[in-house]
Amino acid sequence: MKCRVCREPAVIEVRRHNAGFCQGCFLTHCRNQVERVIKEHSMIAPGDRVLVAVSGGKDSLALWDILLGLGYSTDGLYIGLGIAGYSEDSGGYAERFAAEKGARLIDVDLPRDYGYDVKTGAAADHRVPCSACGLSKRHIFDRAALDGGYDVVATGHNLDDEAAVLLGNVLHWDLAYMARQRPVLPGGDGFPRKVKPLIRLGERETAAYCVLSGIDYQVEECPMSVGNRQLGYKDALNAIEERSPGTKSAFYSGFLERGAELVAHADVDGRESLHPCSKCGAPTTSRETCAFCRLVERATSEQRRRIPMGTP
Amino acid sequence: MGGVKVLLRNPRREVEVAGPVGVLPLLNKLGYKREAVLVIVDGSLVTGDSTIAEGSEVEIRPVISGGAVETGPVATPPPSP
Repeated sequence: MKCRVCREPAVIEVRRHNAGFCQGCFLTHCRNQVERVIKEHSMIAPGDRVLVAVSGGKDSLALWDILLGLGYSTDGLYIGLGIAGYSEDSGGYAERFAAEKGARLIDVDLPRDYGYDVKTGAAADHRVPCSACGLSKRHIFDRAALDGGYDVVATGHNLDDEAAVLLGNVLHWDLAYMARQRPVLPGGDGFPRKVKPLIRLGERETAAYCVLSGIDYQVEECPMSVGNRQLGYKDALNAIEERSPGTKSAFYSGFLERGAELVAHADVDGRESLHPCSKCGAPTTSRETCAFCRLVERATSEQRRRIPMGTP
Repeated sequence: MGGVKVLLRNPRREVEVAGPVGVLPLLNKLGYKREAVLVIVDGSLVTGDSTIAEGSEVEIRPVISGGAVETGPVATPPPSP
């Protein structure tokens, strides 16, 4: 197979583009896709300070690398989740990348800074681990962005992530979630602007970007995510993609181009009924404490119950 | 010479297959969807039409991540009835 651009031998094929790319042309292709998305959706304005949500995995490190390469002013934020045998490694990948690039990495650790780990938080708050993880990360990203004066939070959601979420929302006809599934969530009312610059790249492409750029990332999957619903949706979409390359991209981009406006009326994000959390001040629809503060309260109570204070 | 050593992930393990072998037949044999993996032969990415020579070291690297954090909803959803 030859590179579509320069006709040199290809190292990766992207079947939905019916194309192969050599190393150099592939890296350029990835950067171009991200640059195009940022411009199309007005994600990042000149001079914006960007906080990149970094997990140590392929998507977030590829995103950070590309944004740095495009000249954006970025810092990374890594959140240690306290998952034994996993979080230590993921943090190491994030730290090494930041050190190699001379970039600033902010480090928040759930056990150290908030007194709980994701597994305990999930059990105490009667959530699945991915839900407790998502709630914790959203709150901490928002807080760090606002406290640090960042203009925008960039996350590594890729085409596969978005297509899988969309499939799940369609299967349940969850119009409110569909209406909010946008590449840019506007800031204001106590929330930072959030953007997803990788929506034109599949996760096979972000992984290849890392391999071809020499970025060492955490390949092992989070042990907490085993069997989660999103993985099932991705598997189903990949089975379709195998037979009909381009379906995933058409599904998601078609939604953005033609479907999103049909469900826009269902966007009831609750901002008009927000109040500051009585404990942390973050916006919440609750009259008292926000979901994150309730999670912390329950999780730390559970931690204390398991390990009474003063226990050596 | 010898066969082709194949490193698999999640969990990390190694299998050996007879070589030479095409990338796509190898993926089919081991039950992988090509959209879900990268194939790295002796440290280099290869395309699906490549043939892997005997004695090569291969990594089949999964690319599917689960549990990606959604950025919405922007506010705490109301409790379920």
